[in-house]
Amino acid sequence: MAENGERLRRTMMFVPGNNPGMIKDAGIYGADSIMFDLEDSVSLAEKDSARNLVYEALKSIDYGDAELVVRTNGLDTDFFEADVKMMVKAGIDVIRIPKTESAAMVEEMESLVADAEKEFGIPVGTTHLMAAIESAEGVMNVLEIAKASDRMIGIALSAEDYTTDLKTHRYPNGLELRFARNMILNAARAAGIAAFDTVYTDVDNVKGFLAETEYIHELGYDGKSVINPRQIPLVNQVYAPSEDEIKNAENVLAAIEKARKAGSGVISMNGQMVDRPVALRAERVMKLAKASGLIDKEGHYIGK
Amino acid sequence: MGINKTAMDGTLESSDIQITVSKGTDGVQISLESDVKKRFGDDIIATIKEVVKKFGLDNVNIKAVDQGALDCVIRARTITAIQRAMDNSEQPAWEAL
Repeated sequence: MAENGERLRRTMMFVPGNNPGMIKDAGIYGADSIMFDLEDSVSLAEKDSARNLVYEALKSIDYGDAELVVRTNGLDTDFFEADVKMMVKAGIDVIRIPKTESAAMVEEMESLVADAEKEFGIPVGTTHLMAAIESAEGVMNVLEIAKASDRMIGIALSAEDYTTDLKTHRYPNGLELRFARNMILNAARAAGIAAFDTVYTDVDNVKGFLAETEYIHELGYDGKSVINPRQIPLVNQVYAPSEDEIKNAENVLAAIEKARKAGSGVISMNGQMVDRPVALRAERVMKLAKASGLIDKEGHYIGK
Repeated sequence: MGINKTAMDGTLESSDIQITVSKGTDGVQISLESDVKKRFGDDIIATIKEVVKKFGLDNVNIKAVDQGALDCVIRARTITAIQRAMDNSEQPAWEAL
């Protein structure tokens, strides 16, 4: 697994690779990750155009702290070699492999990425990878895919292709995605990488979007793919910790600090032992609280 | 390698620029239409010229219709249009990138 820390990946915003207006503005909405698409949103006749445009944009536009991802064309297309080379040269953070079905596909991408890094004098291992799971084959092999490379930072469910492969389609209640969502999440956690949920295409249905986001948040997903900037604050709202969670996390971290100063190995808070999972959860809560603007610099709750 | 045919890239949508490249006989000729021509016309033309130079083209006609494109968009559209005109869009244009 790539050094993953606990980077927040609540939202990954899809940006069509051949749309200058959207590429120009992609950084202003506060998405944790921005995914430039060279694949499905770009017509066959415009593949060269999108590739050059995303390359030039990556070279000159400042996207702040956002993690920059590009979805290349598939390994079985004529475009993907040029896609990978140019994106590596442009210094992209993450290459998203579409329609991933096996560890071998990740390895094939990894070797091409490594070649490109050598060619352009970029330290080998700099460019991270993630895999989109879009078929039954991909879901059944998701653990080997998640563990296929040290460069892997995450796996994502892509539900449109997947439901077609299953001979169903998307339903509002999401029952058809239950198995895939749990497989992907558990594989991600077993591999120590991030899990991204699929897009919600009915942009005007805020209620449905919130319900789905609450559900995947409850499952444990790192975040959701979004196709419209309007969906970003909604996801962030679902992922924002409550006042109680933040105060509890503050107490946990204070107890850890107190034990550290006292040179004590055992940490207790209100008579309860604070062990590693509790400490990790507290750190994550504080990170989310900070990103949500709910705490000040010293880490104290400032609320709404 | 030179210009083999007339080729185009870009659209007339906002923030884009449409670049049409064709064979020329009289040096690098650039015609520009833009609402911001007065203020940014020289910069836009300079950006296009820089790309043309990197491709080593001495004779070429370029028509640019700008809709408020950023520099990176102007460069990308010019590169793609030239590559298409040279029948070479499969290979990245390392010389110009």
